[in-house]
Amino acid sequence: MLHRFASPARFSRIATRVLPWSVALTGLLFVAGIYFALFASPADYQQGETVRIMYVHVPSAWMAIACYIFIAAMSAISLIWKHPLADVAARAAAPLGAAFTLIVLITGSLWGKPTWGTWWVWDARLTSVLIMFFLYLGHIALTHAFDNPQRGAKAAAMLALVGFINIPIIKFSVDWWNTLHQPASLTRLDRPAIDPGMLTPLLLMGLAFMAYFVTMLLIRMRADLNAARARARQLSAAE
Amino acid sequence: MIGIALLVRRDLRLAFRGSTDAMMSVIFFILAVILFPFGVGSDIKILPHIGGGIIWVVALLAALLSLDRMFAADHDDGSLDLLYLSPVSLGQLALAKALTHWLTSGVPLLFAAPILALFYNLPEAALLPLLYTMLLGTPTLSLVGGIGAAITLGARRGGVLLALLLLPLYIPVLIFGASALDGAIAGRDIGPQFMILGGFLLAALALAPWATAAALRYAID
Repeated sequence: MLHRFASPARFSRIATRVLPWSVALTGLLFVAGIYFALFASPADYQQGETVRIMYVHVPSAWMAIACYIFIAAMSAISLIWKHPLADVAARAAAPLGAAFTLIVLITGSLWGKPTWGTWWVWDARLTSVLIMFFLYLGHIALTHAFDNPQRGAKAAAMLALVGFINIPIIKFSVDWWNTLHQPASLTRLDRPAIDPGMLTPLLLMGLAFMAYFVTMLLIRMRADLNAARARARQLSAAE
Repeated sequence: MIGIALLVRRDLRLAFRGSTDAMMSVIFFILAVILFPFGVGSDIKILPHIGGGIIWVVALLAALLSLDRMFAADHDDGSLDLLYLSPVSLGQLALAKALTHWLTSGVPLLFAAPILALFYNLPEAALLPLLYTMLLGTPTLSLVGGIGAAITLGARRGGVLLALLLLPLYIPVLIFGASALDGAIAGRDIGPQFMILGGFLLAALALAPWATAAALRYAID
């Protein structure tokens, strides 16, 4: 199963065939999701219209975490089976994950200003996401820090696995730190059972973000493989 | 075991003879900690509250300073390849390097920290916890730092990159180290912090040399 997709040429062919469909699916899901999120869903009785920020915020948070798990899985596949596409996939996914994380942080603070009255609180969850953003940045920087791209891919794969083991430890530490330093003035909003009218846009947007991730991943991986081919051709032409 | 001892002896000799790297990180530590009162003011009521945290934060930075040289010198002159071929395993090499790094840039901090605590008017109740937490925490920094040093071996701009990779991973040590001091000043039981710092150290001792060795293998190939 793993090795059937090991050939880059075969992958490019499949990606080219799948891409139009996944682009269409992404567009469709986004149109439906945004319609439900902005027009066909109720405002929250407590948060008012700002609750609509959640339909971007929560799916990005899901994707930010899913993307790191994806990178860690690809890194393990790359290091254990030396699968040629796993490095390409991890390299393609890292900037996407960083972007999702950044969206979580920005939309979160946009939501926090009217709701909590401040752009930023050192809440355990916010702090963990901020640290995750830097883990992504480190991964991206390391990938491009070597003259030999192969070496960069292996180093980044090692880092992704070390980071993956560390994330629960960091999360635990930050939670622990937060309970000690929790500012008394901050009253967190309890999460009531979610209204079904809000669940539809949330799930639609979640699926849209996932489809977007897959589409972008395919595009970026194909571009990466094409760039490598172009480099190889240039080198052979120069000889 | 003998291999590790020989490697540590060799690296300590090199550290004390040739370069001033070992002294540099402790001097940086003292200087950076002394900078803070110029920034936040010398209010004798504020300084004891932030002193422990500042000492810990700067200790993390000081531990980073000499990390990029951990394997680089041996890599540049080719002795790393010979060590790879020698009977000493890469895991033992990683352990020896981390131990040397701790002895040259972790232990000196232990001597400097109590003096810096005086500058910040830290209460006497915090002095021993400061020493103990640093004793438990700084070896973890060296061990985890070894992974970073091996991963970035041969990279362009190694130093800055290393800070970006390692500082997020150092946060748990910082949290528990600093909060033990907070707890000691407030008179709380700080047993849990010691246990957790000790747990981090044991986990790092078991896993970090192994991960460092794996990263070194990719760097040498």
